Amino acid sequence: MKFSEFIVKEAVEPDLKATNRDAVLAELVNKLADAGALPRTAVEEVVAALIKREKNGSTGFGKGVAVPHVKHPKIKKMVGTLGRSVRGIDFAALDHQSVYIAVLLLSPENQPQQHLQAMNIIFTSLQKDTFRRFLRQSATNDDIIELLDEADQGK
Amino acid sequence: MMPRTRQQTAFSARDRRPPTADCERMSTASRDVIIRNKLGLHARPAMQFVDLANRFQSQVRVDTCSGERVQADGKSVMQMIILAAIEGTKLRITADGGDAQAAVDMLAGLVESGFGDD
Repeated sequence: MKFSEFIVKEAVEPDLKATNRDAVLAELVNKLADAGALPRTAVEEVVAALIKREKNGSTGFGKGVAVPHVKHPKIKKMVGTLGRSVRGIDFAALDHQSVYIAVLLLSPENQPQQHLQAMNIIFTSLQKDTFRRFLRQSATNDDIIELLDEADQGK
Repeated sequence: MMPRTRQQTAFSARDRRPPTADCERMSTASRDVIIRNKLGLHARPAMQFVDLANRFQSQVRVDTCSGERVQADGKSVMQMIILAAIEGTKLRITADGGDAQAAVDMLAGLVESGFGDD
């Protein structure tokens, strides 16, 4: 599994406008809809499902990153995007630190293996200090995509 | 037992200070389990596992015994998710420390319960 197989490039946001968790989730899901990766009619339900998931247990796993994700019947093909916040967002993270990078993953309900593989690639990269640092320094969409491409190439 | 902060729940042994020497007798225990729930070891089960592992003083390690071989710190959510253990994956849970046997028994029980999924 590679980032390029599910990250929708046009939906990547290097400068999130939202300043709180729920608004970040809405912003990222709307970016996916804008890019045509998700039907506009599914946006509201998917955002609600993501918020419910966060309330169940934060996906802010620490070190300034969060991986909000949900499996939903309205999602036919796994898609993801990434948002960067300069000022940081309160995600109720496990380590109580602000979140600067949110990787959003939307999966169909019936493909758990694919979902786990995507989570695997996301966390393998996010565990690396340099990857997180470079992501936080990436001020443009192109910079972020380049970083993800390098991760895909095993650099 | 030292109270554990939530930060320790989130991250691996790498971030933690080396354990101070204790005079408790060390022991090792291990058990093989099969992932039974259809969704596999996704984020929520991974967190349940880590929360439970953190209740024990023992160090906990989890190895995949089928597919690609990967090892995770059983007290790191991120590492547990990286195992990408799908339904049917065989895992070996190993604990080192004074409460190793209890840790392995409880953790194996959690995996075998299917984490309350499905």
